[in-house]
Amino acid sequence: MSQQPENFGFGEDEAMLRDAARKFFEDHYTPDKLHALVASESGLDRPNVAAWNRDHWEQLVELGWPAVCVPEDAGGVGMPLVAAVALAEEVGRAGFSSPLLATFQATCVLNACGTEAARQALRDIAGGTSTSVAITDRRGELGDGNTDVTCARGVLHGEAAFVQEARKADRFVVRARHADGCGLYLVEAGAPGLTIRPDAIVDLTRDQATLTFEGVEAVEAVPPGQGDAAIAQALPAMLCIASADMVGAGEWLLQTTAEYARTRTQFDRPLGFFQAIKHPLVNCMLDIDAAKSLTYNAACAVDHEPERSLAFARMAKAAASDMAAATASRAVQFHGGIGFTWECHVHLFFKRQMHGQVLLGDARHHRALLADGIIGERRGEAA
Amino acid sequence: MSDSGAPMGADTSERDEFRAYCREWLAGNHPGRPPVPLPLSQLLLDDRRAVEWLQGWQKSAYDAGLVGCDYPVAYGGGGRTDCQVIANEEMHAAKTPYLVNIVGMGMAGPTILFHGNEDVKRELLPPLLSAEHIWCQGFSEPGAGSDLANQQTFARRDGDHWIINGHKVWTSLAHFADWMILLCRTDKGDKYGGLSYFVVPIKAALGNGVTVRPLIKMTGETGFNEVLFDDLVVSDRYRLGAVGEGWKVAMTTLTHERGAAALVNPAAGGMPLEEEGGVRTSSVASLIELARSEPRGVGTAADDATIRDELIQLRIREEAQRQSARRGRVPALTDHPARLPLQAKLVGSELTQDIGALSYQIEGMRSTLHVTDERAPAGGLYPLAYMNSFGGTIAAGTSEIQRNILGERVLGLPKSK
Repeated sequence: MSQQPENFGFGEDEAMLRDAARKFFEDHYTPDKLHALVASESGLDRPNVAAWNRDHWEQLVELGWPAVCVPEDAGGVGMPLVAAVALAEEVGRAGFSSPLLATFQATCVLNACGTEAARQALRDIAGGTSTSVAITDRRGELGDGNTDVTCARGVLHGEAAFVQEARKADRFVVRARHADGCGLYLVEAGAPGLTIRPDAIVDLTRDQATLTFEGVEAVEAVPPGQGDAAIAQALPAMLCIASADMVGAGEWLLQTTAEYARTRTQFDRPLGFFQAIKHPLVNCMLDIDAAKSLTYNAACAVDHEPERSLAFARMAKAAASDMAAATASRAVQFHGGIGFTWECHVHLFFKRQMHGQVLLGDARHHRALLADGIIGERRGEAA
Repeated sequence: MSDSGAPMGADTSERDEFRAYCREWLAGNHPGRPPVPLPLSQLLLDDRRAVEWLQGWQKSAYDAGLVGCDYPVAYGGGGRTDCQVIANEEMHAAKTPYLVNIVGMGMAGPTILFHGNEDVKRELLPPLLSAEHIWCQGFSEPGAGSDLANQQTFARRDGDHWIINGHKVWTSLAHFADWMILLCRTDKGDKYGGLSYFVVPIKAALGNGVTVRPLIKMTGETGFNEVLFDDLVVSDRYRLGAVGEGWKVAMTTLTHERGAAALVNPAAGGMPLEEEGGVRTSSVASLIELARSEPRGVGTAADDATIRDELIQLRIREEAQRQSARRGRVPALTDHPARLPLQAKLVGSELTQDIGALSYQIEGMRSTLHVTDERAPAGGLYPLAYMNSFGGTIAAGTSEIQRNILGERVLGLPKSK
């Protein structure tokens, strides 16, 4: 069995990258600015816009962030997955609206393809082509064969649901069923025959859409019959990215709520004096730290212990999903009346966490699959 | 430990050399299996043969330079910097037994080093590090548990001596201990400012001012004690810190106990305490085995969807605990240095307790059977372990106190008193 480095492979380069990202968001993406950007309209019938700042994306491309996990021979930086995980954590902490995490997910899938077309797509990512994955069916499932898109002679028909950052992405990696099994295909956002139908979603910091394919010409990234295997190989890394986002957002919720508990007074004392506030807030911290440790372990396993990476990544996603829901809930509750309003920033992160917890499978889903692996398949119905 | 051939110094290459030295020494000097089974923690030791065997091991590791590495040479230490953590990792990897003098190494040693006078440091630290002297802790009293400053044990000054009267409880290892760290009151008019801190030679004073009596746990087992002081006479040289500064000195002790301080405690070891294939009541893998063996409907408890989900939740927490211990050693991945160390005891003891609690759901009616009933599943060890787990969530600061400390020290929330 291979061995993980004790420090999770998180060395000086990774720490510098993470610190630079934290600084970037502190300078350019404060909660006030985020609120002004994504929450200017409050009504239930607010317009369905994908609010983001394309200049920020250009800056990130300049900084090389989309390229961190693109291999060096495809023009990338070739850092270990923990580097992307650290960036994802900062993205979550800032509630950053961008196609960066979707592009990381696409990078994970393309890295598993091993074809020249995929290598070219990775080269494009390193050059700034934002990319998202369209690999879920109408029920939101992403297991083997879960697609409502078909491919015949390089032309796609059907639809892919729950595609993340679809209105921000330049390109999609699409799972489609072929007579010889599922393949993966590259489709440009402006391709003729592709309709991007935005979902109206609760989370204001992301966008999501259903893609409809009506005779769309596509480039094959992996041939029919090999698409599911590529997604399965990418899944541990994808789960790590999704978990890290929730760890970062959880930390923002924790620190923001702790600050409120230090300053807001009732009964002549700061709220945090009362153990009814203090202890559940500490529980949030314990949940965040568990999820964070599991996430870095899983990400390190992807690079150093691949045979255990799926189980570790499912543990991380399960822990992070439950943590996301808990930190979101406690942050609103402990902010009291103000936490229930649109003007308070907490709802932005509440909504991001509730979105994140179900992305790529919720906690129960991953625990049930872990149980099959660790305990063994269920036999019959227990009394 | 002057006969140690270990190299000195703190820079990277010298630390690498020290690691290689530890590894080589451990390869040839593992003590083998103990003469009697060891309990899960040093604090539960109740058999003198085990204690003496463990003292022999600690002495030999100390003589080789693997214990007390970061203490000054003048006080019997190795005079190194940041090397105990290396020796600990190597002892853990070599699966050596834990070090018996846990209260000495983890609490008394650092407190004496930071607050003792020169003579006392030279006198007490070398035999503490070598485990020639076993130490215990005299903090808790019947009326001073979570409210530790409510000390009633009283020390009255009498020239160069102090006359001590009072009652300490929950004192682990007192029945083997040579010395005790003692927090007590020297001024009845000032709760926090009226405390002073002493080191007390309790074994030498047995029957002469000191009585040690076993306390019986809720399981019916013994393992800890109460200690009564009746006009015990202690020299003033054994006072640590100024009169009235006992609370401050006690905080040094507690910070080290909680693993969040300067000196690393070389306590853990890595020897598996249960026999191969035996029941390990603190491991989720054993609990899964238990579930597979308990009949339920047409299958076993391991086929029950809700039990499966709870087992996996515990397995995830178990892995998280392991990975957080690892992350705690990577400063770049921890925003606050005390955040993970201060969680370790809380998270670990609550996990152990929840493993015990789930065992009842898995065993069903058979969980009612006591260890002495031959039909009890897994020898009846799970209900026993569940009861004992409350020692973990109550001792050394209850889980509630741990949450206060985390909220106050890490999240900056105001003190709850």
